[in-house]
Amino acid sequence: MTAKILPLPSEIPSTDKFTIRKLLHTMWRQRWLYFLMLPTLIYFAVFKYGPLWNAQIAFKDFKPLLGVWGSPWAGFEHFETFINSFYFTELMTNTIIFSVAKLVLGLPLAVILAIALHETWFLRFRTFVQTMVYLPHFLSWVIMYGVLLVILSPGNGLINEIIQSFGGEPIAFLTSPHHFRWVVILSDIWKETGWSTILYLAALLAISPDLYEAAAVDGATPVQRIWYISLPGILPVIVLVTLLRLGHILEAGFNQIFVLYSVPVYSVGDIIDTWVFRQGVLQFQFSLATAVGFFKGAIGLVLILVSNRIAKRWAQQSIY
Amino acid sequence: MLHSRTRDAVFFQVGLAVFLTIILLIILIPFWRVIVTAFVPLEIYTREGVPFFLPPTQWTAEAFTQLLGHSLFPRAFFNSVVITLLGTAISLFLTVPLAYGLSTRNLPGRKLIMTLVLFTYLFSPGLIPVYLLITGMKLTNNYLAIILPPAVSVYNTLVMMSFFEGLPEDLKEAARLDGANELQVLWNVVLPLSKPILLTIGLFYAVYFWNEFFTPILYLKDADLLPLPVLLRNILISASFNEYVEYDAFSSSSLESLKAAGVLITMIPMFLVYPWIQRYFTKGTLVGGVKE
Repeated sequence: MTAKILPLPSEIPSTDKFTIRKLLHTMWRQRWLYFLMLPTLIYFAVFKYGPLWNAQIAFKDFKPLLGVWGSPWAGFEHFETFINSFYFTELMTNTIIFSVAKLVLGLPLAVILAIALHETWFLRFRTFVQTMVYLPHFLSWVIMYGVLLVILSPGNGLINEIIQSFGGEPIAFLTSPHHFRWVVILSDIWKETGWSTILYLAALLAISPDLYEAAAVDGATPVQRIWYISLPGILPVIVLVTLLRLGHILEAGFNQIFVLYSVPVYSVGDIIDTWVFRQGVLQFQFSLATAVGFFKGAIGLVLILVSNRIAKRWAQQSIY
Repeated sequence: MLHSRTRDAVFFQVGLAVFLTIILLIILIPFWRVIVTAFVPLEIYTREGVPFFLPPTQWTAEAFTQLLGHSLFPRAFFNSVVITLLGTAISLFLTVPLAYGLSTRNLPGRKLIMTLVLFTYLFSPGLIPVYLLITGMKLTNNYLAIILPPAVSVYNTLVMMSFFEGLPEDLKEAARLDGANELQVLWNVVLPLSKPILLTIGLFYAVYFWNEFFTPILYLKDADLLPLPVLLRNILISASFNEYVEYDAFSSSSLESLKAAGVLITMIPMFLVYPWIQRYFTKGTLVGGVKE
């Protein structure tokens, strides 16, 4: 075993000058580790960088027979086609409406729920509520679709039975352009709000109990306690989550919309990702669809880098 | 003075309890409705629809026998189990070494690998380039098409990496002094100490693969290969039912009951592992990882 004779990394004085010999020496010592990582590195080369190589067809006129490399270049033609088309506004509007509405309506509810869970004296009840509100996060959107059918269907749906018992007309929520957006936004809030309390609860538990004791001595009411201690205590987390979500503003929930939408609601439900799928896989417009995906990825990259920079400055925390 | 303060606190607690109960009902009522719909007997259903309360003595499992009696459902269940087990195993096999390598401070090239890995997380050109890669590799009708593209989640890798970084260096050093190579250090020292993170990340991968339905729709053309969520989706969107069960005028269950029963069957494994998952995330393993 050669490893025994070689000095341990900690024994090499760090002030020594950097030499190729020493580098090779360390690399040889770590050869098992490289060997271990090899499958994952090959995996990344094929399955993460392979798609990046294929992404060049965004700037080409992709012909399957000519292959990715052999297809002729087209410059920014597909990007221009997309930006000048009528569906550009529609897709961007729908995408941003969904992500902003989910954030603006979901985040305050999650904060309120987390504070309520934190404040309650009934610990068993609290654990039970937590267990139940976390559960929907782990269910797939197909199951959610089944649940929504049972609640919303015009025939036997619970909500429509309630509407009818008050003398109203049943509403086909899932296929009505007037209601579809609300179905998407509210069903996402129903599914994810419970789970998103987990971060705020952790932040609430990290607040020093001394602060609450001092407030109790000073005679603070529950509302004052929440307003002056709990909320400021979790504010950095709220800011961080908001920034992170804004960085992903173009991710409006592909799986959810793919399951829930249908032709009658395309105009109010279609987002960038669902459009890319239909245009690319179903219509074989590979280059145009890839250009749109590339466009989304590039904007996403900029947004994430910017929001991470702001998060570093304001919350003294880096997301990555 | 003190008296009014206690009274305020009690009122506040009552208000909280009411609020939490309302939230709880909003979560529970839809599930309850699904359960009743799945178990309601046909004659009650045709007479009055789905009742809000149904005495347990009147429940019938007819819809379940009808669904499970058809070969497609057990087959899809088995397929889902295969995808989940295989997917989780491959994911962990690829994630653990990367996370461990990235947590080793004095590994030459660590920064480069980290940058290349992070870049794939920050920039994604979308679905089509992956689709062309998979179809180009002739992986259609192959479970690897579903498992490999998402096999390593960069986020999970980073969470695992920060866990490895937190392990005491002395133990690893001691093993190295005893002549262990890095492979042995990982296998004999690091992994036994990492059970919580392996379980947590493993469960996350398992939940992902169990729930995945889009890539199976995309890449699996053969009906025998379909996993449970895809079959469930086909059942939920279908108006005619005969492909999936013997459904006709003489069917002993309504279409709604069959759909609801399908939803419950797909949910059951999740209910079984849920208490487990919960034990790990309440321990704070996850939150710790997220907060790093």
